[in-house]
Amino acid sequence: MARLVVLGGGVSGHTAATFAAKWLGSAHEVVVVTPNSKWNWIPSNIWVGVGEMSKEEVTFDLAPVYAKAGINYKQAKAVSINPEGVESSDKPFVTIEYTLAGREGEVENVEYDYLINATGPKLNFGATEGLGDANGLGEFTVSVCTADHAVHANEEFQKCIQKMKQGERQKFLIGTGHGMCTCQGAAFEYIFNIEHELKKAGVRDMADIKWISNESFLGDFGVGGLHMKSMGFAVSSKIFAESLFTERDVDWIIGAHVNKVEKGKVHYELLDGSMGEEEFDFSMLIPPFAGVGLKAYGKDGSDITDTVFAPNGFMKVDANYSAGSYENWSASDWPKTYQNPTYSNMFACGIAFAPPHPISKPMSSPNGTPISPTPPRTGMPSGIIGKAVAHSICDRILKGENAPLHEASMAHMGAACVASAGKGIFDGTAAAMTIYPVVPDFEKYPGTGRDTDYTFGEIGLAGHWIKHILHHLFIWKAKLKAGWTMIPE
Amino acid sequence: MEKKAEHNIKAYGKNFTTMTPGKFAIKLRTCKIWQFIRFIVINIKMLIVVRKSH
Ligand SMILES: Cc1cc2nc3c(=O)[nH]c(=O)nc-3n(C[C@H](O)[C@H](O)[C@H](O)COP(=O)(O)OP(=O)(O)OC[C@H]3O[C@@H](n4cnc5c(N)ncnc54)[C@H](O)[C@@H]3O)c2cc1C
Repeated sequence: MARLVVLGGGVSGHTAATFAAKWLGSAHEVVVVTPNSKWNWIPSNIWVGVGEMSKEEVTFDLAPVYAKAGINYKQAKAVSINPEGVESSDKPFVTIEYTLAGREGEVENVEYDYLINATGPKLNFGATEGLGDANGLGEFTVSVCTADHAVHANEEFQKCIQKMKQGERQKFLIGTGHGMCTCQGAAFEYIFNIEHELKKAGVRDMADIKWISNESFLGDFGVGGLHMKSMGFAVSSKIFAESLFTERDVDWIIGAHVNKVEKGKVHYELLDGSMGEEEFDFSMLIPPFAGVGLKAYGKDGSDITDTVFAPNGFMKVDANYSAGSYENWSASDWPKTYQNPTYSNMFACGIAFAPPHPISKPMSSPNGTPISPTPPRTGMPSGIIGKAVAHSICDRILKGENAPLHEASMAHMGAACVASAGKGIFDGTAAAMTIYPVVPDFEKYPGTGRDTDYTFGEIGLAGHWIKHILHHLFIWKAKLKAGWTMIPE
Repeated sequence: MEKKAEHNIKAYGKNFTTMTPGKFAIKLRTCKIWQFIRFIVINIKMLIVVRKSH
């Protein structure tokens, strides 16, 4: 009997674990180590953050789902990996620390034959003074990155609405909280949901809404922007984004590295090297992401974290990490199999794998401060990669150690993204977009780097309906209800 | 009466060079019949990209 251990039960890890359990059957064991008792459909946290959904609607208990799937669920967080075992045993293992009520802090070594690291991001609030610390979110801003954060964000948002109703003008500042952030899409959704809710509450004219982000142009989204076919033109996402911001009367600051947050004020540095300040009454700033800080040890107990993980804490996989400057980048730098180059039974998927380099062109201010988005790994690629990795491992377990690995390069894969711009069954809107491929390939698609036949975007109610249906569809799939395997990632 | 989107443009400000939708384009965004058609079209387009990516 082989044992597959999956670290992290989020979008990528849950996909990998549930497919592996289905394909392996009861002859082999799948273990999931994840610290939360609940699964969270993170994209809908945006709606929790404006009071349009409850925490209960975007989360569910993992234990019964894993029991049904025959998955051994350990509510714990992984702390370290011993990929060579220890001196007395060659068997590799992970060291985990329980978070389960009643067993908190209990440590266990879990041996594995194959390991998937799908631990997602560490929300690195501590990287910006005042945004938070090593323990999480600070006191001056809000976040929608977890369901609990989103509940808190909504509480603060409702207070602002009350103040506006009493005649007090409010300033909203939404965007990224550091020069090296990703996930601009989530902030984009939140700012337009805020705007939509303020309109619904009848207080839009009492609000000044501003975007602040590390993108060098509006609509970069960490993917270097995209060109979409529209009215016979290939139109840049910059035009679409600027158009929407103008239409909804939302001002913007771009190319900004937020370097300090105080009560009611952020300090920032711009790409031209100038410094600025912006006041706010309500601010949601996405933190930069890092790896979750897993350590790795060799057989003799030596620290081999640098061998297994990149300096940002994400796990090294089959990517080209020595591509160098932007001019040398190629689509082939991006990983295909997500296998760790040193330990062939170890894989990383979703946000947990170390990308070879950003997708957007790196930029820095004259002071040397890097200010440009790091690469996003959104839900669809995270799910597809998780499934491909599970497929590879299952083949190796069932067909033999030399079974070929499955490939899922972000340079050959598209993504469908639906960015909510306001919730409402008849007055909601969302920007429905596809991008193909996620990582531009300027050799294959000269000029824009993407296939404009498969890269499109439009805003409207239809997008909102799709976003709402996807919410139910993905929760249905994650709960492993009838037909779940038919729902694509 | 709701003000036109173009009224939000600040002359020679950072949004001076963008395009803004007119009333008809904005109306279409929440027009149920048109959006039902777009719903079908977008779903087909997305399914094609999803198929190409798996
Ligand atoms: C507010 C918001 C809105 C978003 N909206 C969209 C959207 O509309 N569309 C879209 O495609 N994407 C969206 N995304 C991105 C999407 O959520 C991510 O792409 C996706 O969650 C990544 O999957 P993952 O499995 O890599 O990480 P996650 O889903 O974050 O899962 C990581 C898991 O690992 C667990 N973990 C952490 N540390 C450890 C440890 N030490 N040991 C074991 N487990 C650990 C975590 O608890 C978590 O369960 C959004 C993100 C945010 C924050």
